[in-house]
Amino acid sequence: MSAAPWMHEGFEMVVGLEVHVELATATKLFSGSPNRFGDEPNTNIDPVTLGLPGALPVLNRQAVELAMRIGLALGCTVQECVFARKNYFYPDMPKAYQISQYDRPLNVDGRLDLPDGSSVGVERAHLEEDTGKSTHIGGSGRIHGSEGSLIDFNRAGVPLVEIVSRPDISSPDQARLYAAELRAILVAVGASDARMEEGSMRVDANVSVRRPGEPLGTRCEIKNVNSVRSLGRAIDYEARRQVALITAGESIRQETRHWDEADGRTHTLRTKEDADDYRYFPEPDLVPVCPDAAWIDAVRASLPPLPAQRRQQLAEATGQAIDGEAVMTIVERGQDAYVHAVIAAGGAGERAVIHVKEAFAEAGIDPALPAATLASLIAMETGGQLTATQAKTVLADLIAQPNGDPVAIAAERGFEAMASDELEAMVDAAIAADPDAWEKFCAGEGKAMGALVGHVMKASRGQADGKVVTALLQARRPT
Amino acid sequence: MTAGQIRPIANSVRSGAARAVDVLNGYLARIDAREAEINAFNLVLHDEARERAEVIDAEVAAGRDPGVLAGVPIALKDNMCTRGVPTTCSSKILQDWRPPYDATVVQRLAAAGAVIVGKTNLDEFAMGSSTENSAFGPTRNPLDVTRVPGGSSGGSAAAVAAGFAAGSLGSDTGGSIRQPAALCGVVGVKPTYGTVSRLGLVAFASSLDQIGPFTTDVADAALLLEAIAGHDPGDSTSIPKPFPSLEPSLTRGVEGLRIGRITDLPGGADADVQARVDAAFDALAAAGATIVDVTIPAFTYGLTAYYLIAPAEASSNLARYDGVRYGMRVAAADTNAMYSATRSAGFGPEVRRRIMLGTYALSAGYYDAYYGKALKVRRLMAHDFDAAYADVDVVLTPASPSVAFPFGSKTSDPLAMYLCDTYTIPSNLTGHPAMSVPFGTGADGLPVGVQVLAPALGEATMFAVAAELERAAGAAQ
Repeated sequence: MSAAPWMHEGFEMVVGLEVHVELATATKLFSGSPNRFGDEPNTNIDPVTLGLPGALPVLNRQAVELAMRIGLALGCTVQECVFARKNYFYPDMPKAYQISQYDRPLNVDGRLDLPDGSSVGVERAHLEEDTGKSTHIGGSGRIHGSEGSLIDFNRAGVPLVEIVSRPDISSPDQARLYAAELRAILVAVGASDARMEEGSMRVDANVSVRRPGEPLGTRCEIKNVNSVRSLGRAIDYEARRQVALITAGESIRQETRHWDEADGRTHTLRTKEDADDYRYFPEPDLVPVCPDAAWIDAVRASLPPLPAQRRQQLAEATGQAIDGEAVMTIVERGQDAYVHAVIAAGGAGERAVIHVKEAFAEAGIDPALPAATLASLIAMETGGQLTATQAKTVLADLIAQPNGDPVAIAAERGFEAMASDELEAMVDAAIAADPDAWEKFCAGEGKAMGALVGHVMKASRGQADGKVVTALLQARRPT
Repeated sequence: MTAGQIRPIANSVRSGAARAVDVLNGYLARIDAREAEINAFNLVLHDEARERAEVIDAEVAAGRDPGVLAGVPIALKDNMCTRGVPTTCSSKILQDWRPPYDATVVQRLAAAGAVIVGKTNLDEFAMGSSTENSAFGPTRNPLDVTRVPGGSSGGSAAAVAAGFAAGSLGSDTGGSIRQPAALCGVVGVKPTYGTVSRLGLVAFASSLDQIGPFTTDVADAALLLEAIAGHDPGDSTSIPKPFPSLEPSLTRGVEGLRIGRITDLPGGADADVQARVDAAFDALAAAGATIVDVTIPAFTYGLTAYYLIAPAEASSNLARYDGVRYGMRVAAADTNAMYSATRSAGFGPEVRRRIMLGTYALSAGYYDAYYGKALKVRRLMAHDFDAAYADVDVVLTPASPSVAFPFGSKTSDPLAMYLCDTYTIPSNLTGHPAMSVPFGTGADGLPVGVQVLAPALGEATMFAVAAELERAAGAAQ
């Protein structure tokens, strides 16, 4: 899963990512209103959220702690930090300023190591508050030309951490790896559910291009990227657009561009000339936050093993490649602890990863099926009582009834009575009994298979698994 | 009216010797008689105050103690949030706005048994030194109605001077309690920054704003300040420890105290005012204090620094009045036009001027030259005062360069108006406490206020000196 290098007409791309992530706190960053997605509009509000006159912010300690977890997981230095006001007018920004961090962020100078062995610097990860959400009625769906706007302030004041990478990313693949790995870390440390589709993780990309060895080119910021996949597409499109402009003798204008998922292009949102002057200054309603060494150490000590470490442990325990699909998928789903439990209960690691990867996509971080049961099933499989296909069938039954007994289910299915050599003999007998059907089946006539399966079913008095028989027949067909 | 009112009222209401309703009626009668002329209030709460006074009386009748301010009529500057009661900041932009919550000071007054009689007039959003910047007309000085009461808390100062309330609360960002106290002949206190919660105080300049009392004597000021002071977890800049009792200060005297005289104080005080300050030094020396010369080189730069920092914060604090969620909205073709139309119509000229100044001071390319440099002056000011307080316990200056001035005499020249704050601004920049105490009269028989400045959390010493000045002024009469 190594990131493919990107090079286009002699240009390389230089990309930095700004990731906003909503923290999984109980309440908002500066008030006691619930931080909850999907509630009735304007129900999770209060004087602070609405920016009423006289309202004052009070910092949420849990938010600081979750932000520290992110910083420490990214190897950042956690420092004394100061909140600042970022001033601009927008209807869903209740105070007309956002409380953010500017020249003294909480976390600085970290690094994210990617599964392909590369690493990307993290410049900073700071705390700030989210805005409300506008819905524009009529027109294009944007504020200009709309008939009216509705604002939901439930999201206003929700704690965000903005994680700013260094411009160390050089391909769409690497950007995707970064976003996916960052997401896995955010989930692992319990900081956020980090769902791009729900907006609890938002990724903006700063993209520029240059010929190798040249100084940095003019960058454009790409917004509205709603999935890891789109991130790769948007960066690739944008870099090609810039290369085309430069090779045509034009220059790049520094601007913010909007990714349009439907047409697969980026479009100008605003140019540098239109950019607000944010007039940052220290937030006088809050005091500096000074996390002491004891607090930092306690947070660091409470961090769980991170995805990279877990992938390594899973790869070692199961004999799989560390960046192989099975290991990547299972760690991303958080099911590696379950696989280790299956192994501890006597199940073979290499079978456990396959079963968990294939059958547990919906099972969540804590599958209902006891690890010991899956271990027993795997033991039956590796002990030769069940074929791989039969084991899959039994596992599907077990997932539907997690308290089931694999031995009993195999018996019900007739798998146990039907030793695999017995079934194979029946298949051979069926071929011998109906050479005409066999010939047609070998020639690619699908219908002929029915007759052959019928023979086996008859001979086994319905005990054989049709799917297994089909598989056995297909295995025998000359290729 | 120089005798204290709050203590006698609270004592007699708590003991059952007087009824809160009768006390209130006395104040309401004076309001009814003179308020049309003075215009101290944006809103008089006749009915609410009567209901509240009845509740206090019922408490006493039931054998309960309503608190240290039982039945005491108090007026609130109209930039402090009162639940369900209009809170306008004397601005058209908030003309009909009713807060859904009470400011912490309002809760504390209620918990102490006070009766709120009304919301007092101010310079719009507390920006001004004469109350002439109110959108609802100026307040007149009860001692001479041709003159201003000072500002921005002019309504609160006038209400106490006119006997409309036994005490009142103001807010002080650059002198807005101390200067009107001086001009109206009452006591006005700006406590150490963080002593009184700002939660529910509509912000002008958050790092400078502080709420404090107006009263007719020093003892009342101590009592009212104690009632509203103390830690509030709802204000992150609130000092996280209990406020000490000021009671011992009132009788301590000034024996052994060192009183600072600033030798490099910026000039500009009128001779009649300076004469009273000189007399104050003499009185304190006569009472056993030592007068010590000190220098505060940064004092001169205070005004300039203040008029960058305060407008900068104000430009941000007042940005929320955008017509989107509450307050005035002037309809226009699109959102930006609506913002512009609403804010142009809703804010008066002085507020607009300061928003422009502050926006400019924070702009890219100008921050370091203006706001950044002002912050340096602020640190320098704290440094200079800290150095002076190594040698003295308090410092004495005029509270205002002049006695109350006639209406319109400074309105055409904003800089002349800003100079009213020369002596009061440094305490806001340092966060230190300061108070104005009436000390005789100057030109035209109008009162002069002497300002007592003390180091951070130095209220106890400051009140001891203020009480001594009050005794000396009384003895001289």
